Amino acid sequence: MIETLGVLSPIPGISGREDAVREAVLDRVAPYVDEASVDSMGNLDCVKRSKNGHGEKVMVCAHMDEVGLMVAQIDSNGLLKCRTVGGIDPRVLTAQRVRVGQDNIPGVIGMKPIHLSKPEERTKNPKIQDLSVDVGGSSKEETEKWIKVGDGATFDTKFEPVGDLVKGKAFDDRMGCAVLVELLKEAFPFELHGVFTVQEEVGLRGAKVAGYRINPRVCVTLEGTICDDLPDDKDRGRTTRLGDGAVITLRDRSVVCDRRLVSVLMKVAERDEIPFQWKRPLAGGTDAGSVHLSREGIPSCVVSTPCRYIHSPASMASPEDAEAVVRLVRNSLEELCSVAGEIDGRSNWKT
Amino acid sequence: MEDLIKRLSEAYGPSGAEEGIREMIQGEIEDCVDEMRVDTMGNLIARKKVGEGPRVMIAAHMDEIGLIVTHVDEKGFLRVAPVGGVHPLYVSACTFVFQDGVVATAGVEPVKDGKIPSMDKMYLDVGAPNKKECPVSVGDVAVYQVPFQSQCGRWIGKSMDDRIGCAILVQLLKEISSGASELFAVFTVQEELGCRGAVTSAFGVDPQIALAVDVTRTGDVPECQPMEVSLGKGPAVKVKDSGMIAHPEVRKRLVELAEEKQIPYQLEVLTAGATDAMSMQLTKEGVPAGCLSIPSRYVHQPGQIVDASDSRNAVELLKAFLEKPPCQG
Repeated sequence: MIETLGVLSPIPGISGREDAVREAVLDRVAPYVDEASVDSMGNLDCVKRSKNGHGEKVMVCAHMDEVGLMVAQIDSNGLLKCRTVGGIDPRVLTAQRVRVGQDNIPGVIGMKPIHLSKPEERTKNPKIQDLSVDVGGSSKEETEKWIKVGDGATFDTKFEPVGDLVKGKAFDDRMGCAVLVELLKEAFPFELHGVFTVQEEVGLRGAKVAGYRINPRVCVTLEGTICDDLPDDKDRGRTTRLGDGAVITLRDRSVVCDRRLVSVLMKVAERDEIPFQWKRPLAGGTDAGSVHLSREGIPSCVVSTPCRYIHSPASMASPEDAEAVVRLVRNSLEELCSVAGEIDGRSNWKT
Repeated sequence: MEDLIKRLSEAYGPSGAEEGIREMIQGEIEDCVDEMRVDTMGNLIARKKVGEGPRVMIAAHMDEIGLIVTHVDEKGFLRVAPVGGVHPLYVSACTFVFQDGVVATAGVEPVKDGKIPSMDKMYLDVGAPNKKECPVSVGDVAVYQVPFQSQCGRWIGKSMDDRIGCAILVQLLKEISSGASELFAVFTVQEELGCRGAVTSAFGVDPQIALAVDVTRTGDVPECQPMEVSLGKGPAVKVKDSGMIAHPEVRKRLVELAEEKQIPYQLEVLTAGATDAMSMQLTKEGVPAGCLSIPSRYVHQPGQIVDASDSRNAVELLKAFLEKPPCQG
């Protein structure tokens, strides 16, 4: 599981440029799935046919895209002016190493050295317009040999263990992708659609068409989610905590998870002694926001792995939490499918 | 209708937990519809064929705004976040109630310079001595606790947005026996979270014409933003809000029928806010949509005020609409 995360994490893949991630995922799931297809948006749908069971479709999705930068202009000095793709706080960009374009050209988001900056400059937060990516080109013409407008730029972060944790970029949502790859290795008594979606970070877009096309009985969204568990003396609650296990969403900004599905997840976690925690209600949004509104409504829930420092150059996560997510989802899917059958209120009227 | 709006207004039903409202409505309408069902998201869809004609979907939302518990601290105080558009100004001095009847007082941490505190400076207090004995859990939702009152020809209570629409739609189902439409009365969920229930219910109903019945603001109170809508001057035919521009034929038909039947009406241009009509209009290949609004003062505040005659006139105008729906041929 963590080995898969180690492979997927460093791959560049801003929203709309998920190709390399998709290839790596396909490479890893190919031995296990019966069929895989890519839709017009770029979502990868990996189908695992039912083993000794019924033909109901169960969708489990995770998004391949990550937040990052897109080259908007190459200036006369050969520097790249970029725009953010997805939610990025410009403060996390300063003085970072990045990789640009399909050839992974190394670049640096330059900052004036302290010798040259004025004290008041050092207290101000930069805007994206103030920052440039330096790829070593000395002129527009030279840089254009390697980089084109529209190329993506992502953080250049090594994946590695840190104590009992792991560190790397894009855990939101390569963590979900790694969990999903693991689930696709199993056999289930229903038709499993493992969907690796695109463009989640720019508005839950890929999942919208995937949910419509597949039209599953139930959908579980997998996320690498916000974790704000560093010490502070205020007793105000945390979104999630590292090491406290799989994260179950009650509701976030995009979806109210059906309580009957949430209670299946909770019961399975308690029955199988899988550590779990509630995500603080209303924090964040996920692909479930799109999927649950597909057609006449698709019963949806969300299970996540807590990841510190998401949407920044380096996130941290606990392999044990990720294993808990794999177990919780694997052990819940069949009952989720059966309970979703009872929830299903699709029209059978002739209109 | 007054007895029904009293019960609907006082009942508990925030976005995502509308079942109490749904059951109340199911009990009211079961004898006067052809059939009804609850869809996957929890929308109640009632079908009543009142004559030959198009499928007309009329939606009113069951859900109301509220506060969701995000954290119970060691001392038993509850941190909360808004469900729908809850303004901190309205929260700070109110009493709230949870689904199981637990009551909570809103507390506010000291704020400087008399400023309006933000939601993270507020908490709910149920009187619990500590976390362990607190009867409320993370994820529970509280709504305003307000007794209904009828006076001066007005109805005063919480969540007239949109229980008044629900009451009007129930009344319509009870009264209408003939027309030229197949009526789908849909009591929707999660409108306050972005008109979500109407997305899936409209997909299932596949209407040929859609109307929302919801509240709108008024321009008849001291020092308010200019707006052409007043309490008691009839239901308002929506021209536009920030989510939808009404289909011109739908709007025109409502106006023509009001004039023909001498039902008082007003025209509404709302600068902020949206209704289920936004979702219904964009369903599948698009649906001619509009909205009949009930003027309400103090929308999203604990004590909303609507005029009884506006609701009565809305029922009459909807009946006329179903007898002569627009966009035919």
